[in-house]
Amino acid sequence: MTGAAGPPFIAVTSVSKHFDPQLSLGERIAGALGGAVETRAVRAVQDVSLQLARGEVLGLVGESGCGKSTLGRMIAGILPPTTGSVTIDGAPVMSGGRHPRKRTTRVQMIFQDPYASLDPRMRIGDALAEGPVAHRLSARADAAAYVAAWLRKVGLDPDAAQRYPHQFSGGQRQRIAIARALAMRPDVLVCDEPVASLDVSIQAQVLNLFLELRRALSLTMVFISHHLGVVRHVSDRVAIMYLGGIVEIGPAASIYDDPQHPYTRALLASVPQLALQGDVVATFTPIAGELPSPLAPPPGCPFHQRCPLAEPRCRDQVPEMRPVGPQHAAACHVLQPG
Amino acid sequence: MSAPLLAVRDLATHFFARNAVLKAVDGVSFTLDAGEILGLVGESGSGKSVTGYSLLGLIDPPGRIVAGSVKLQGRELVGLPTAELRALRGRRLAMVFQDPMTTLNPVLTIAAQIRLAIAAHERVSARAGRARAAEVLTRVGIPDAARRLDAYPHQFSGGMRQRVAIAVALLNRPDVIIADEPTTALDVSIQAQILTEMKALVSELGTALIWISHDLAVVSALASRILVMYAGRIVEQGPTASVLRAPRHPYTSGLLDSLPARAEPGAMLRQIPGLPPTLAALPPGCAFQPRCPRADSLCGMAPQVTLTGVRGWRCHHPLDGGPP
Repeated sequence: MTGAAGPPFIAVTSVSKHFDPQLSLGERIAGALGGAVETRAVRAVQDVSLQLARGEVLGLVGESGCGKSTLGRMIAGILPPTTGSVTIDGAPVMSGGRHPRKRTTRVQMIFQDPYASLDPRMRIGDALAEGPVAHRLSARADAAAYVAAWLRKVGLDPDAAQRYPHQFSGGQRQRIAIARALAMRPDVLVCDEPVASLDVSIQAQVLNLFLELRRALSLTMVFISHHLGVVRHVSDRVAIMYLGGIVEIGPAASIYDDPQHPYTRALLASVPQLALQGDVVATFTPIAGELPSPLAPPPGCPFHQRCPLAEPRCRDQVPEMRPVGPQHAAACHVLQPG
Repeated sequence: MSAPLLAVRDLATHFFARNAVLKAVDGVSFTLDAGEILGLVGESGSGKSVTGYSLLGLIDPPGRIVAGSVKLQGRELVGLPTAELRALRGRRLAMVFQDPMTTLNPVLTIAAQIRLAIAAHERVSARAGRARAAEVLTRVGIPDAARRLDAYPHQFSGGMRQRVAIAVALLNRPDVIIADEPTTALDVSIQAQILTEMKALVSELGTALIWISHDLAVVSALASRILVMYAGRIVEQGPTASVLRAPRHPYTSGLLDSLPARAEPGAMLRQIPGLPPTLAALPPGCAFQPRCPRADSLCGMAPQVTLTGVRGWRCHHPLDGGPP
């Protein structure tokens, strides 16, 4: 990790994303005529700020609906934030205006499901060459060699270029998706649950590939996963998200060995862990209650209804992120003297 | 020793594709005692789900149970007429699937689906059905169950839907519940709740449970005994602690070593090389041989099961067990 001065490599500043409900025709007419139509937006991400140094890997962890994928897509420049901005080296990743577009190839994204992210009717070679040729990273005449080189880098045989996605296993397809993203020569990779759909033995292979590529290409990465063990393994820093906001962020070792926020503690405790010794083989402790609906988030601290430490002020005051250690911050009233 | 509740012997379920026979389950034998929790672990294609479906006779063409026996308290289930199997399903043997959205009927209220499940085995009045439904839903931890009986599945969260599916499985107090990756689609905090509740429920009701999963840690948190499957066969079995602490089969050992928790953060994981075999083209002999660091010429012949007391493995060159 670099602590160099100057503007941060990636700056996410007060980013929010609200999804408006899909209104029916009747509701739209009623709204146009001045009727009262319920338009509760889903606050998928609410006022998130963070920074990444060049070459850093940031893990984004949380349960479904916490906004981690939405935040990842905004960092990747494929989803415009409702408010706030994302910049790389000071330049915004998306254009402004009514129809924002991604305006850099420096960030690329890898998705969870390589079955869905590869065009089933396109040969692998064509799928990999399309972006680089369009952006003049490779001349059309050299595309085959360019693609072959990237296939080799992700551990595939260059013959794969002639074949179609269905001819590959899940792990191989994820390697293809990685090659396609890297062929755009990005500085930043946003990986959304890249190993969640893979078998355990294949997961290790793909994680190793990420570790190798990160070193070889000095990539900066945002690694999104619900799998706490995987995130710890690949990340320098980890951000824990809950109901659209970051509740704790810090170096991976601090987050896992010395978690501060009650949600982080509860989340870590709820995953069965194989114990290496003793009579008990695996232990875990569940968190009480369910995730509140992002349509109707609770007032105050979003976690207060499930929190064992909640105090009266947690019910109406939203806690702010405050430092709890070196490079380590958490949003919790109880951690701060009242 | 008394006879086991469920005894599976040399079970083989094959799928007859156009130009290949896929041996999804190929000679699986194990027993299950009353009230026991058994973990069935394997990667996709290992045959763990097909094994579970075979116990209930839920194999459709082109698949068929081609050999072997499944005995529930001494009664043979393989080859039983469909009507008799249906009388057993849900009453003596119940199943919980991975995705509760596809097992629950989206156009029926929760009360209606539970009443149907009761009516499959006994006559019940609408009022008594509702009362039973409310009771089982409360039991699986659904708050305010009586009020939610008239809700539809889409009005429930994923975790609540899986609880409904578990409630339906528990309805008739079956002897065995087969749960196929029931928490894989759920968030970790909900998974932990369901694991805790399942454990308490089966011990309270004395129901035996077969928990099928790819996740070694989840299975270990629940099961007292583990079966590890690879390419249609059980390659290792034994008490959970013994299998995890002192694996004998190189595949089990490789799986454990490849977990991120077993490596220093950021260090390369010890990976199992290669891909799981496709059933259409299994290597001769031991199916794990092409990926195995210990393989030699002997492995071209299929290894037999070595059984020592409660432990078993299928390997010519087992790892040194060490102290269990």
